[in-house]
Amino acid sequence: MAIFDKNDDSVVVVIGSGAGGGTLSRELTQKGINVVCLEAGKRYTLADFRNDDNYMFELVSWLDPMSQSGDIAKHRATPLWTCKTVGGTTVHWAGNCPRFQPHEFKAKTTYGGLPGANLLDWPIGYDDLAPYYERAETAMGIAGRGGRPQLPGNNNFMVMQAGAKRVGYRKIHTGYMAINSEPYDDRPACRQIGFCMQTCVIGAKWSTLYADIPKAEATGKFELRPESMVLKINHNADGKVTGAVYVDAEGNRQEQKARVVAVAGNSIETPRLLFNSESAQFPDGLANSSGQVGRNYMRHTTGSVFGIMPKPVNWHRGTQMAGLVEDEAGHVPDRGFAGGYYLETLPLGLAIAPAVTLPGAWGRDYTAKMEKYDHFAGMWICGEDMPQESNRITLNDTERDQYGLPIPHVHFDDHQNDKAMRNHAYKQGRAVYESLGATDAIEVPPFSSGHNMGTSRMSEKPQDGVVNQWGQSHDVANLFISDGSVFTTGAACNPTLTIVALAIRQADYLADQMAKNEI
Amino acid sequence: MSQTGVNRRQFLHKGGLAVATAAAMASAMTVIDPDAAWSMTTKALAPETAQALLRMSRALYPHDMLADVYYGKVVEALDAGADDDKLFNDLLNDGVAGLNAINGIPFIDLSRGGQLAAVISIEGSEFFVAVRDTTVWTLYANPLIWRYFGYEGPSAEHGGYLERGFDDIAWLPKA
Repeated sequence: MAIFDKNDDSVVVVIGSGAGGGTLSRELTQKGINVVCLEAGKRYTLADFRNDDNYMFELVSWLDPMSQSGDIAKHRATPLWTCKTVGGTTVHWAGNCPRFQPHEFKAKTTYGGLPGANLLDWPIGYDDLAPYYERAETAMGIAGRGGRPQLPGNNNFMVMQAGAKRVGYRKIHTGYMAINSEPYDDRPACRQIGFCMQTCVIGAKWSTLYADIPKAEATGKFELRPESMVLKINHNADGKVTGAVYVDAEGNRQEQKARVVAVAGNSIETPRLLFNSESAQFPDGLANSSGQVGRNYMRHTTGSVFGIMPKPVNWHRGTQMAGLVEDEAGHVPDRGFAGGYYLETLPLGLAIAPAVTLPGAWGRDYTAKMEKYDHFAGMWICGEDMPQESNRITLNDTERDQYGLPIPHVHFDDHQNDKAMRNHAYKQGRAVYESLGATDAIEVPPFSSGHNMGTSRMSEKPQDGVVNQWGQSHDVANLFISDGSVFTTGAACNPTLTIVALAIRQADYLADQMAKNEI
Repeated sequence: MSQTGVNRRQFLHKGGLAVATAAAMASAMTVIDPDAAWSMTTKALAPETAQALLRMSRALYPHDMLADVYYGKVVEALDAGADDDKLFNDLLNDGVAGLNAINGIPFIDLSRGGQLAAVISIEGSEFFVAVRDTTVWTLYANPLIWRYFGYEGPSAEHGGYLERGFDDIAWLPKA
């Protein structure tokens, strides 16, 4: 591993080491570019991880304070579930990796004008990203792509599959998972352990923590600084960024100089950092001449349906989210909403199921349902939500964090389209389980958001968004955004694969621009 | 803005899961459950308060198959929180005093139906939310109760479920 001087202004500083930052770091260093990665969280190894939902939540979650308002605040005490750890949210995720559908890059053109929706077409299309999807799938070892077999179906999948067939669905399979179906990239095949979301203790699930970060370190071009919370990005009079100010593991304030800064802090911390980097020259926050920083926050239209089946299922056995129904993913306006959704298998461990299924529910009716735990089957709804300017990240006016910075405030209201989609999905999900004689079905409200997107969106025109098609700021040429914040629209599928593909594409562009001395 | 309730984050930070450390202190008080079937020790909460909280946690998440000893783990978590935080201690003591005052009969002496009615009457209060959330996060996190629900828990040390029934469902229709 390299060590760089803090005054070395030839390095690329990458802020965050998750799907975007970890991938970008690996790609750039493998091209011979020096990278310093500043990561707010600690570095763990697989030996630190356990099959324990609450322990893992505590170990790797982003627990810094944030406030919330709107529909997002209705059901869950906290708005988000993201991570503060090396590897970011690739440590704590399910691994579901479908690609966007081609029309989803053209949401405005395809869906037309929806009142209240701030829709925009992406500045790139499916064909632009397709080769990068392939590179991402190869890097991550996606099961079901590139000739790699899909994962076998577990009990919970087989229930969903049987019910889905009965209601007429046809595209039902175990999905495109960032979980090894056979040994790949020096990582073992899945053992159907369960606890995928809470970190895979054998490393069968892809994470930048043990897949990309070590590869970056092996180049000798990479320095990872864990427990380094970035407070501010500095710039010069020419409007170019010059470095990042952070608090290191010992609590000391440092600045790392940089030729380029790439921000990949997830869709809340990224705009928060841009706001906190305001200056006389950038009074509304860095890279915010459009006023779109923090806006158009998306989190997917989600919810879950848990069916209580007539006989035991044992849904907890095996890969949690290896189960996908694609039939509702298309844009079929006859259903009464724009865009589409997937149904994906999802079980919960008993340690958390009663608390998170229906938050606040109690009493004998509820515990009677929980006593049927081994009869549960479960699916998660993941669909496109509409970008709205008023759904946004701002700085809290009064509350400060441990560094003295304003905490983020998250406001999110469902669009009418989101409500119509969720309603449709609840009905379909119930139908899947009821077709098999389910004795009851529970409509579970959205969990704290894991899919956070759109708060620094890509646009062709500078007035419509924050970054261009490469994730490069419209305002500041050597400032890049490298996470899900850049999503122009959210599409129906889980976002990680697209974040990785965009980061690989960005790395190619960045290396080219640096070689040409354009940056 | 909304910041209501004791969520998992706050609960975990209160040390609620570190209940083992709460037991067997020199200053411990012995709590014997009303049926005298088992006993436990507390550090901060008086025995009668602890007994009332145990009954309340059972009224909130009743499982007839579970013995009181498992609800005692909830009380241990509440006691650890009370020992750690005077405001939380006050909240619990004031809350139990309120339950006792509803009928002028100690909460632990109320019939099961009377206990449920008393708990319903305080639903939504800060005390109610604290006991409810501590119960729901503590009771089900105890591996000793999982077998009653058919949950098998951690599997990595057993090689996962690959050869232990991950796909053994046999009752589904063929078409």
